[in-house]
Amino acid sequence: MSDGQVDEKWAEMMRAAIAGDEAVYRRLLEEIGRSVRAMARGAFSRARVGDADVEDVVQETLLAIHLKRNTWDGGLRLAPWVGAIARHKIIDAMRRRGTRRFQPIEDFETVLAAPEAEDPHARSDAERLIAQLGPRQRDIVRSISLEGQSIAATAARLSMSEGAVRVALHRSLKLLASVWRGASQ
Amino acid sequence: MKTSELIQALAADQSPRRISLGARFCLALGVGALVSVWLFMMMLGPRSNFVASLQSVRFDLKFVDTLALALPAAVLCLRVLRPDARIGVFGFAFLAPVVLLAAGVIGELMFVPADLWGTRMIGSNSMHCLMMVPLLSIAPLAALLLAMRAGAPQNPGIAGALAGAAAAGVAATLYAANCPDDSPLFVASWYPLATIIVAAIGAVAGARLLRW
Repeated sequence: MSDGQVDEKWAEMMRAAIAGDEAVYRRLLEEIGRSVRAMARGAFSRARVGDADVEDVVQETLLAIHLKRNTWDGGLRLAPWVGAIARHKIIDAMRRRGTRRFQPIEDFETVLAAPEAEDPHARSDAERLIAQLGPRQRDIVRSISLEGQSIAATAARLSMSEGAVRVALHRSLKLLASVWRGASQ
Repeated sequence: MKTSELIQALAADQSPRRISLGARFCLALGVGALVSVWLFMMMLGPRSNFVASLQSVRFDLKFVDTLALALPAAVLCLRVLRPDARIGVFGFAFLAPVVLLAAGVIGELMFVPADLWGTRMIGSNSMHCLMMVPLLSIAPLAALLLAMRAGAPQNPGIAGALAGAAAAGVAATLYAANCPDDSPLFVASWYPLATIIVAAIGAVAGARLLRW
């Protein structure tokens, strides 16, 4: 599949995701994650900073894509928008490592053709950061992400309404993004 | 945490559709401007000969200048909230207020004798201008920055500075209705200085508040 086709397919998937298709959204984020992983690994190796932070960059990028999806103009292409967010997060991660001189970062669209699968052993800092959330929020995020429970099942287990679980999940994700950002200062 | 686990949480978070970034931005600018109008009417109000002054080219040119700053600044500010935004040729929009001001200054220098230039430039209340424009900028700037937190600017400082310039444009438009100095020499000396103060405040605030 050529880059243009990937891009068109992604834009289509994103529109479906915004309209509420959860399964498509999950698949889209997985595909984007694979391309961002390739981009981050390339950038880190060129800057010679090692690749310990690659999974953090992938996850921070996905989180930002999720929280900032209202800044994507549905009429425009998706790949340049994803690439700009990934670049922002890669530069953040390099600053965190104390890199001062930046090697040019490869264009996102050149890595579309060479996605990279997730290393099953790679772990990000997110789990440690989640520990900084409140107990209820922590419980909800863990239940849905690590244990793969649905919103409904989580709500039933915690005797909360589904709406309350949704609100708590959304707030936790926003909080997670800001804690992560704080860690990069 | 594994990436696939994070994706579970992201996909589960189907928050209801919120208002678009553009609508949020315009709403903030409108509300902020209204607060400043209210403040302006309470503290200053239009000058007593406001209606008669509308006949004066010098007086009217002030509003053209300030709106020529406010509009491009607001449009650019909204634009840079997208992470993949390129300012590109839109940056040239900022030449509009500069060219207008320069044209006004050249006209004034041609029509007014040289010995009056100094008095015209210093005017009667430059310090008032430097205080009131930033003061009237506070509400629009604060409202804009708040709304802009939903955005993802590549450079939060620049986005904040643009918000400051837009807010200063709104404030200067109001202030111009009260300010007794109409000479382009006065406007070109003090209004930009007031704008730079507000844009600098916006840049500092933006660098802190608009990180993502």
